[in-house]
Amino acid sequence: MTTTQPSPRPANPGPAPTRRTPKKTRTLGQRIFLYAVFAFAVLLCLIPLWAILMATFQPGNMVFRNGLNLGLDFSSAGLQNWVMLFTDSGSYFVWFGNSLIITLLQTAGTLLVSSFVAYGFAMYEFRFKTALFVCVLIILTIPFEMLMLPLYVQINNWKMSDSYLAIILPFLASATTIFFFRQFLRGMPRDILEAGRIDGVTEFGIFFRLILPLMKPAIAAMAILNAMASWNNFLWPLLVLRTPGKYTLPIGLNTLLTPYGNDYSLLFIGAFFSIIPILILFLLFQRFFIEGMTAGAVKG
Amino acid sequence: MRDQGDRMRKLLYSQKLAPYLFILPFILTFGLFWLYPVIQAVVMSFQKILPGMTTYIGTTNYSRLFGDRIFWLALTNSVRYMVLTLVLLIPIPLLLAVLINSKLGNPKIKNFFKSTMFVPALTSVVVAGIVFRFLFSESDSALMNSIVEFFGFGPVKWLKHDLTGLAALLVIAMWRWTGVNMMYFLAGLQAIPTELYESASIDGANAWQKFWSVTVPNIKPTIVYVVTISVYGGLAMFLESLMLYGNNNSPFNQGLTIVGYLYRMGIEKNDMGYASAVGVVLLVLVLTINLIQLTATGTFKKETR
Repeated sequence: MTTTQPSPRPANPGPAPTRRTPKKTRTLGQRIFLYAVFAFAVLLCLIPLWAILMATFQPGNMVFRNGLNLGLDFSSAGLQNWVMLFTDSGSYFVWFGNSLIITLLQTAGTLLVSSFVAYGFAMYEFRFKTALFVCVLIILTIPFEMLMLPLYVQINNWKMSDSYLAIILPFLASATTIFFFRQFLRGMPRDILEAGRIDGVTEFGIFFRLILPLMKPAIAAMAILNAMASWNNFLWPLLVLRTPGKYTLPIGLNTLLTPYGNDYSLLFIGAFFSIIPILILFLLFQRFFIEGMTAGAVKG
Repeated sequence: MRDQGDRMRKLLYSQKLAPYLFILPFILTFGLFWLYPVIQAVVMSFQKILPGMTTYIGTTNYSRLFGDRIFWLALTNSVRYMVLTLVLLIPIPLLLAVLINSKLGNPKIKNFFKSTMFVPALTSVVVAGIVFRFLFSESDSALMNSIVEFFGFGPVKWLKHDLTGLAALLVIAMWRWTGVNMMYFLAGLQAIPTELYESASIDGANAWQKFWSVTVPNIKPTIVYVVTISVYGGLAMFLESLMLYGNNNSPFNQGLTIVGYLYRMGIEKNDMGYASAVGVVLLVLVLTINLIQLTATGTFKKETR
């Protein structure tokens, strides 16, 4: 945006060059330091991913025995695991499909419900508003792990265990998402509402027809955050699901990690391949990822 | 008929009723899936729960908890992990964010750096657990052992010893969250008006003084937020340990956390009453720390305004 504008500053005639040289060498040193730190950090970030990529080219049992490392043992390396993944990987793509379905349903549901709720909080004044909003803030600080036992009992009592509904339902009104949408909506002029009312649109019509389209950037950010959380969700689905045919990717992968297995090839290539969908999403929509992840942070 | 239609129309246009309808899904979710389970957890913590028979046993679960050596070990493990993640995952990401936010360096390279640092956060805890379990293998050909061997030490059985196991857990936490916390801090830093730095320069402040007198006070809300989620995340850590050790039984329970103990008692041993007491202790701990923190820093007041 601003890079295309010409600099407002007049052309600098430049101070005495003798004063500029030491400063330049200092900034050069600082720049080298900066890049050295960056390179080191990037290396540490990528090493584990590189290591598991290398493992996809080696026999699984060998990796299980020897651990992960950065090199390849060329005497046994090959594409056999990749061929196996696409031709003979058992339930892997069933899990993959299940994860895809849950992620889609959960993301769409959460976005709709949470935007609805956030709109109520952002645009209206009503009794108990503050108290109810404090409830949103409290959810943000309650560990889900503390609720999982009673929730588990409750789901069993309601005969909902082993269903995708039980995985999705408790998180439809997501506190983080509500919080983010509310912040976004509060910056919106309320004239739109008044204009809609004058035109005779219902309160819900105003939301669906006038506000929702304006929320697109916020929705994109939260869509990605929720999709990622849902794709990677592990603990709650682990408690809810019983039938192996309904397992999601993380749960399926976890079942491969037993000391009694006799072929670990799918474990490593399956783990690597499960990152790919979310990685592609990330590469396409980086800005929204970062916005989504940093959404909760209180700014200013 | 017409009356009904009128009433319906009035309902749809009512500005008094609308807000309640909008937030109804939240009230329902909050009631059914948060409030009710919390109350249930508290009730269950005073009960002995056997299949088909539930008896009220007063505070027996809590007194049992108080004398339970393994519970105290789990609590110590969680608190230790939480404190160390705070020590590691606040200064380092903050430093990186300050470096990105500085005028130095090529913006394109910085953008590449930001994105790459974020990638580990995309992996599930299951994948991260699998990767690090095998990077920290006992075998002398695994990466961590090749590194220590390079420095002249013998292969280490990382996951068999308490401190090396803890180190592995911290490495996972740093790998996954450094980039995310860095982005939080960067968002906070970018909101600081540059005039503040300029006037500090005019006053003759050096970089270090500017950091302490301009940067830190201005990103206090971000620091508060990161501390809050780190306290929560640190005390509730469980899956990282479960995945790293392959199951919930680490050597001498060195990787057992509060939630791990809750899971063991409630799900693995089906002692729901006792496990609920563990959960209540965790809840009280997290809420107390965070409420003190949020009230002391005035965050609560600001956000509900």
